[in-house]
Amino acid sequence: MNVSSASPRWHTLVATVENKPGVLARVAGLFSRRGFNIHSLAVAPTDDERFSRITFTVDIEGTPLDQVVKQLDKLINVVDISELNPAHSVERELMLITVEVGEYRKELMEIVDDYRAYVLSEGDDRLMLSWSARPARLDELEERLRPFGIVELQRTGRVALPSLDN
Amino acid sequence: MSTNPTNGGEALVRALECEGVEVMFGLPGGAILPVYDPIIDSSIRHVLVRHEQGAGHMAEGYAHATGKPGVCMVTSGPAATNVVTPLADAMLDSVPMVCITGQVPLAAIGTDAFQECDTTGITMAVTKHNFLVTDPQDIPRIIHEAFHIATTGRPGPVLVDIPKDIVDPVNPRSAMTWYEPDSVPMELPGYHPQTDGDPALIQEAAELIAHAERPVLYVGGGILKARAAEPLLELAELLQIPVVTTLMARGAFPDSHELCLGMPGMHGNYTAVTAMQRADLLVSLGARFDDRVTGRLDGFAPDAKIIHVDIDPAELGKVRQYNVGIQGDCKVVIEGLVDITKKLGSGAQADRSAWRSTVSGWQEKFPLTYEQSLPGDKLKPQFVMEQLRDGNPADTILCSGVGQHQMHASQFWRFDHPYTWINSGGLGTMGFSIPAAIGAKAGMPDRRVWAVDGDGNFQMTAQELVTATVEDIPIKVALFNNSYLGMVRQWQEMFYDERFSEVHLSDHVPDYVKWAESMGAVGIRVESPEEVAPAIAKANEINDRSVVIEFVTDARENVFPMVPAGATNSDVVVDPSQQHLLDDTGGES
Repeated sequence: MNVSSASPRWHTLVATVENKPGVLARVAGLFSRRGFNIHSLAVAPTDDERFSRITFTVDIEGTPLDQVVKQLDKLINVVDISELNPAHSVERELMLITVEVGEYRKELMEIVDDYRAYVLSEGDDRLMLSWSARPARLDELEERLRPFGIVELQRTGRVALPSLDN
Repeated sequence: MSTNPTNGGEALVRALECEGVEVMFGLPGGAILPVYDPIIDSSIRHVLVRHEQGAGHMAEGYAHATGKPGVCMVTSGPAATNVVTPLADAMLDSVPMVCITGQVPLAAIGTDAFQECDTTGITMAVTKHNFLVTDPQDIPRIIHEAFHIATTGRPGPVLVDIPKDIVDPVNPRSAMTWYEPDSVPMELPGYHPQTDGDPALIQEAAELIAHAERPVLYVGGGILKARAAEPLLELAELLQIPVVTTLMARGAFPDSHELCLGMPGMHGNYTAVTAMQRADLLVSLGARFDDRVTGRLDGFAPDAKIIHVDIDPAELGKVRQYNVGIQGDCKVVIEGLVDITKKLGSGAQADRSAWRSTVSGWQEKFPLTYEQSLPGDKLKPQFVMEQLRDGNPADTILCSGVGQHQMHASQFWRFDHPYTWINSGGLGTMGFSIPAAIGAKAGMPDRRVWAVDGDGNFQMTAQELVTATVEDIPIKVALFNNSYLGMVRQWQEMFYDERFSEVHLSDHVPDYVKWAESMGAVGIRVESPEEVAPAIAKANEINDRSVVIEFVTDARENVFPMVPAGATNSDVVVDPSQQHLLDDTGGES
């Protein structure tokens, strides 16, 4: 079972939307004009190219989740929307991170091995790593790498699917 | 048109005909030019407006009066931005409307071309949906989808943005093969409005009503959209429950009915406001707990359980948590409530005699009132509104602008028929009334249509009276001229220590009679009480032209009752002449 890494005020929504120009703008515009907060957002076409799947992490402090879901569902291009129960879903996020190596290559490589991260690119004094995991585990790796000096970092925002054990 | 369209422009006009469009309101320009050519041969009557905002409000007025979708068509850029206000208005008041806008050619989109703007981007937040058409072959299907979305579920405005090249027959990109708009499946996988209410919830609601001792039917504009005035009357009479009709629902339940308490809210009458406030159950039918109705929310109807019926599921629980929330069409749900109530039998209903006598006590004690003018005073707007009401048949369509005159109209007119009251409730758009009245008259040419307007409103859209003259759509305008932005003046008087900031328009200009005459209308100025009724009678005898009666009214007159902003509805301020009665009723419940 996966325990949600998010704080209780964060909820994960998944929406199937029509894969058409402007749909992301409609979704984002709705969040902004109704005062809803998005914590993270990931969007890409599904196996059926007519549709895209959006995974939102929403901050529902101040706005009932029910209202966010219903307003999103009213958008004509939103085909389906539901909340993922954190107890019955799997969440992953990918991080690319470039760090300073300096004189601590050995210590850095120990962390890389420890987390089974990938080295994607190597410079004289920098390493670019890739790792995908539960978002809280990414936070953890990020904190462990911070003392080395983070040059650049990009996270994808979380994606999620229902788990199969329920 | 007889032959089948072969290009996007002809296809657009034919598709509108196929949707049953009889009248449309618009103004041509560069990007929409190719569509205006086939208009010449179309069965659709096109009304040429003087400003695109007018086209939008006319389409709204037409839709309000007829129940059919209003249609407007304008060009790109500034024309599209000029219809943004009517679109927002239609969005907030759930008015079915389809707006066609021209757009620069596909290849020019994004290049800052002449009269280019991002119309779909700009209107995304003020439409139920919008489309940018990129292939002329899609035009019949998208037009059908636009009308379907505008008129089903919770109605609203839909905009279709059409680049010039796909409608211009000289451009090969406009070529298409015609098909009937409804002959192909719609491509709306995410749109499935639900109209049937859940029977178990309807049963639960009927039982909750049966147990209520102090219930109120809180009726909103959704009743009119659902064409549910008849079943509402049956339900109210069956249950003998008092009814309040919101600003958007005036006429949905007859004001002359003994169960009708009139309008609730910020300027509602004392009984409607107080009955809701003291109720143990509010049955909200097509209403949305708007802030003008609830006042301060945490003090609104504190003892009331809530049954909330709305076709839009997002309204359920948006503002006030419900005990029973039913997503569904008001007509279907009310018919269900009637059936179950009949099955429960009259013995199942709680004793409401004490409630009815309390309510009628309030009605007797706090009728709408105002002080009559003294000799030499300017006209009292309430008096003029009463004269206007008494000088016209009950099926007169009354359109209103926004402000004091709007509230006085809602208060002092007697609405006994649905679809006789057309106003801008949600957005509060000044300048709404004249174009809306023209749209209503275009849709209902045999009905008498009066626009009530304020002088501030009039100066925003009066030019559409030129349209009314040229297009032979005569309306009557009751212009309440107090030389002020009256409602703002009222707030400054009451809440800003009478510091009047930028609310005085002018005592001298414009000359409304000359202005009316210059637009081809008859202009009449009325300054004394005895002239009021004869002027209205005279206006009603003139049917070949529009008439503008300027009533010179008393700027000191305010709208009462009033719930001050930020106050709860328990703190309603009544007419100064009744205020002492309120102090006597402090302990009453």
